[in-house]
Amino acid sequence: MPIEVRTHATLAETARAFAASRGAHILGGGTVLMRAVNAADPSVATILRPADPVLRQIRTEGREIAIGAGVTMAEIIAHRELGFLAPVARLVGGPQVRTTATIGGNLFAAAPYGDVAGALLALGASVVTGEGRRMPLDDLFRPHAPRAFVATILVAPSRDFHFVKVSRVRPKGVSVMSIAANLPRPGGRLQDPRIVFNGMGARPMRAVAAERALSGQPLDAATIARAASLAAEGLAPEDDAIASAWYRREVAPVHLRRLLEGAA
Amino acid sequence: MAKTPIRFSHNREEKAVFVDEGANLLDVLRRSIGDLTPKYGCGQGTCGACTVLVDGAPQLSCLTLAETVDGRAVDTVAGLSDGARLSALQRAFMDNFAAQCGYCTDGMLMSATALLKHNPRPTREEVVEAISGNLCRCTGYEAIINAILDASQGGARRTG
Ligand SMILES: Cc1cc2nc3c(=O)[nH]c(=O)nc-3n(C[C@H](O)[C@H](O)[C@H](O)COP(=O)(O)OP(=O)(O)OC[C@H]3O[C@@H](n4cnc5c(N)ncnc54)[C@H](O)[C@@H]3O)c2cc1C
Ligand code: FES
Ligand code: FES
Repeated sequence: MPIEVRTHATLAETARAFAASRGAHILGGGTVLMRAVNAADPSVATILRPADPVLRQIRTEGREIAIGAGVTMAEIIAHRELGFLAPVARLVGGPQVRTTATIGGNLFAAAPYGDVAGALLALGASVVTGEGRRMPLDDLFRPHAPRAFVATILVAPSRDFHFVKVSRVRPKGVSVMSIAANLPRPGGRLQDPRIVFNGMGARPMRAVAAERALSGQPLDAATIARAASLAAEGLAPEDDAIASAWYRREVAPVHLRRLLEGAA
Repeated sequence: MAKTPIRFSHNREEKAVFVDEGANLLDVLRRSIGDLTPKYGCGQGTCGACTVLVDGAPQLSCLTLAETVDGRAVDTVAGLSDGARLSALQRAFMDNFAAQCGYCTDGMLMSATALLKHNPRPTREEVVEAISGNLCRCTGYEAIINAILDASQGGARRTG
């Protein structure tokens, strides 16, 4: 089937074209979308190339940093103020993938891809759509959430951020799972901890039961053991070529325990 | 199918071609330009055999929408040698027996070229990281790593 490629100069034009057709897909770096195109996937009828410069910008806005959806992994790694995200971006694919893979595309890459998306969810990030509507990532990742053209990601840097990626091939290698956690401890007790598993469901998911076990507690051995035992509760891992759902459930507590011990 | 005109620099020479909408850069280089050095291995981003440089950075040409290189510089292995005179990196691959079937070699050479341009004295770990997106199924990686270290400034192969 012939594919149509359309380039639009403004966010509003891209947003309109995206809303008008289900077969229209936004092009980020194309590391996921072009695989579908190469495989002649009939669900891709139109490729939209948003050319608005906002998509390539990184700006500080108060406490938050606004990252354009078209910013690449290589650009995140090179940017001084995004040091907290660099360890995550560095683990996405090999150098050739990081040259083009974007932060916006990572939000929509199917599991077990989406390591950066998981990190952003743990950091409590928000997105601004092409129409200018702001919403928390939690809403974008809700099941059956309407599809959206993301223009910008807003995220506040954190010193309490921890990340681990579990993969079978190093240094590259797709995730069995990755875990991102934001664990602020004012006065020694955890306040609003956020723990996100990527690869344990169709989208990055918060481990709500483990978060509840941590909330208000010191990060001691007993709390860590309790939270780890609840790691996979409410999550919905799937079988794929990397690992089975059963395996993922079995090892999730081990990897969460190690992350929490490292943070303590 | 609609065609889109694009212009880009290919190994420092200006090229103008019409591309099919949705065509990837690998197809355009091989079929329209006739540069057969970038290889088709998977078309899915996993093998790295199609690696080229776009504005100096390594990129998978099979996953690059061709029209995104309009106005940019694309470099391939065809531009590394000067006629029959191989580059130092290519000679190091020969001297170290870093190619067997040779299918991965062009991608390896471009990943190594990108590394050495920004980091003329890489450590062994940095070489491994630089070629982590390139698969070799027959030579084995040791000879390739040694070749890249040999071609780097300082030259002498460091094992470890
Ligand atoms: C060899 C290889 C290894 C990889 N390893 C990893 C890995 O370790 N971890 C990981 O997380 N990912 C990995 N990936 C997947 C992918 O490279 C990344 O997820 C990347 O960040 C996707 O971004 P992109 O810009 O290339 O997305 P694209 O392919 O351009 O887009 C992906 C999807 O998102 C949609 N989209 C893109 N931008 C927007 C936007 N602004 N608004 C709305 N929708 C949008 C597209 O329409 C498409 O459906 C790997 C891929 C390859 C080929
Ligand atoms: S052909 Fe491009 S990565 Fe395999
Ligand atoms: S030389 Fe045969 S795949 Fe590397």
